Amino acid sequence: MLRALLSDDLPRSRLLAAILLAILIGLAGGPFLFEGSVAFRTMSMICIFIIVVASYDMLIGYTAVVSFAHMMFFGLGAYSMAILLRELGPTWPAAAAGLLVGQALSLLLALLLGLLSLRVRAIFFALVTLAVAYSFLQLLTQFYHFTGGEDGVRVRTPAELGPAFRLAESPWQGFNLFGFIGKVLSGEPVDEAWEQSFFTVRLTGRLLMYYLLFGSSLLLFLLMLRMMNSPFGRILQAIRENEFRVEALGYRTVLYRTASVVFAACFTAFAGALFALSTRYVNPETTVSFDLMVFVLLMTVIGGMGTLYGAVIGASLFLIAENYLQDLLRLLSGWAEGLPLLAALFHPSHWLLWFGLLFVASVYFFPQGVVGQLRLWAARRHRRRAAGAYRQAMDGSN
Amino acid sequence: MRTTTDSRRVLLETRDLTINFGGHVAVNKVSCAFERGTLTSIVGPNGAGKTTYFNLISGQLRATGGSVILAGEDITHLSVPARADKGLRRAFQLTNLFPGLSVLENVRLAVAARHRVGYNFWQRASRRRDITERAMYYLERVRLAHRADVPAAALPHGDQRKLEVGLLLALEPKVFMFDEPTAGMSLDDATVILELIAEIKQQKDKVILLVEHKMDIVRTLSDRIIVLHNGELLEDGEPETVIASTVVQEAYLGAAPAAP
Repeated sequence: MLRALLSDDLPRSRLLAAILLAILIGLAGGPFLFEGSVAFRTMSMICIFIIVVASYDMLIGYTAVVSFAHMMFFGLGAYSMAILLRELGPTWPAAAAGLLVGQALSLLLALLLGLLSLRVRAIFFALVTLAVAYSFLQLLTQFYHFTGGEDGVRVRTPAELGPAFRLAESPWQGFNLFGFIGKVLSGEPVDEAWEQSFFTVRLTGRLLMYYLLFGSSLLLFLLMLRMMNSPFGRILQAIRENEFRVEALGYRTVLYRTASVVFAACFTAFAGALFALSTRYVNPETTVSFDLMVFVLLMTVIGGMGTLYGAVIGASLFLIAENYLQDLLRLLSGWAEGLPLLAALFHPSHWLLWFGLLFVASVYFFPQGVVGQLRLWAARRHRRRAAGAYRQAMDGSN
Repeated sequence: MRTTTDSRRVLLETRDLTINFGGHVAVNKVSCAFERGTLTSIVGPNGAGKTTYFNLISGQLRATGGSVILAGEDITHLSVPARADKGLRRAFQLTNLFPGLSVLENVRLAVAARHRVGYNFWQRASRRRDITERAMYYLERVRLAHRADVPAAALPHGDQRKLEVGLLLALEPKVFMFDEPTAGMSLDDATVILELIAEIKQQKDKVILLVEHKMDIVRTLSDRIIVLHNGELLEDGEPETVIASTVVQEAYLGAAPAAP
């Protein structure tokens, strides 16, 4: 059952399996385990970016096609949803139309992009995507009557997804996990900390929205995992390894690479549509900016290219760091108050500096990404153990 | 000029095949017909155009003149995958594998190419027992079954060449093209390859083309030898005759052949 869900592509490292399980449980129980709007927003973003990063990994990690237009498709999905909900009113059919239009536009544009420019060298495709993505960004700001320009579009979601909607009148109880651990560590009596850690969770449309995100993210991730472990996925990997040889085997590599571009575009456009529904506001900066494109690239690399699990790890690590590094720095600068230089370095406004350093370090120490490195360690330990068992058997026989 | 060929006996033919690299004629009007069940060696000094002639037949290069005919059909303008689809397959001179994928996966890709499962997005590749078993069969034939799970890059050179031949076998071509299949191999490994080539020859309906420098191999395996020199067909005939020919001796010694 588990093997079928994971398409026979198991984590192959106990530590990795444990981390993935922790992330799964954290996200599944999310709104009931972590209190506050920052935590809620972070978890929503993790769900969305798992789809974005995983689909980017299909492209760059599995097929070795470098595209800078990935966030353009995300924006296409997000804007289609936002604009159709604005034009048709905040209803479910309008949301479905928004999703479908986003998918159709992404499919067409990706098909065009792939067939026109994948025939030639990889670097050419990368440059074309860069140019197209830049034009898209310009179009968004130029046609501001339609797209809202820099101001973006406020998304009116169906009422069931709004904060005013009640799934049930009586609120549920949540348990603030980190709050509890923090209190216990700071020396409060356990029973008091226990009691103080409960909080009320109101069952609103926001909660429904979150579980829509979580469910979609989980399903789409498993779907991508299956696709990458299908005969089709194997050919993509072979193209990454030696495209010339794949062609000599009789596969039409242009079609496979185009298919990879199209799938990646549609998946990320889906994530874009969910993003619009969840944040209820889209603008160029939060959907198609090149900063965001670089972040997605970083998440892919940090997690480990060519391993879809890397997308889960990369997106989680990155977004948690982005949202909580300032809090950590505030804590550190509090401790370092007496020391002039350190206090300045740890000032929360310098968080981007630390953010950058963290990622330089992670790329330096984990050149194959977190997942690649964990698997390497697991394989090494496995070999050592096999060698140890062999030696023992030899000693025994002597 | 001949307009019809007996496609029952002749499987592959080149007619006035020519390629012109901006003034340099690397292959010049080479006409040759290859019959089923025969092994033809293509020999000649370095730079004679042997590999270029190979590339023209397999489609890696497009001819600037003349034609390539497979089973009566003109395939001169077909792409590499389209020719491969029609059963024209080659092993490469420089080892050309999928280094990061396992040995088994390398062969599975070749087997899958024949089963047309590439556009299957849903089935787990690991569950295609038929393809795995077929791949294992070919790995056994090239004596690599015990290394199935190793990445191809981790194999020693000789084993990589054997894997290359395994891929070729798995594709079950009509025309086998070997470009120096034993280059840089140990004697033991080379023997495995040569035995396999001899086995293929037993299946009377295949055409085998071989580019080879080692004359002892050429002598024992070939039914026929063609000699290329400066891109032109210099000599064509049975092994003993060709090897004894004075024109060939001169070409190999580097002297310019007498004008015909």
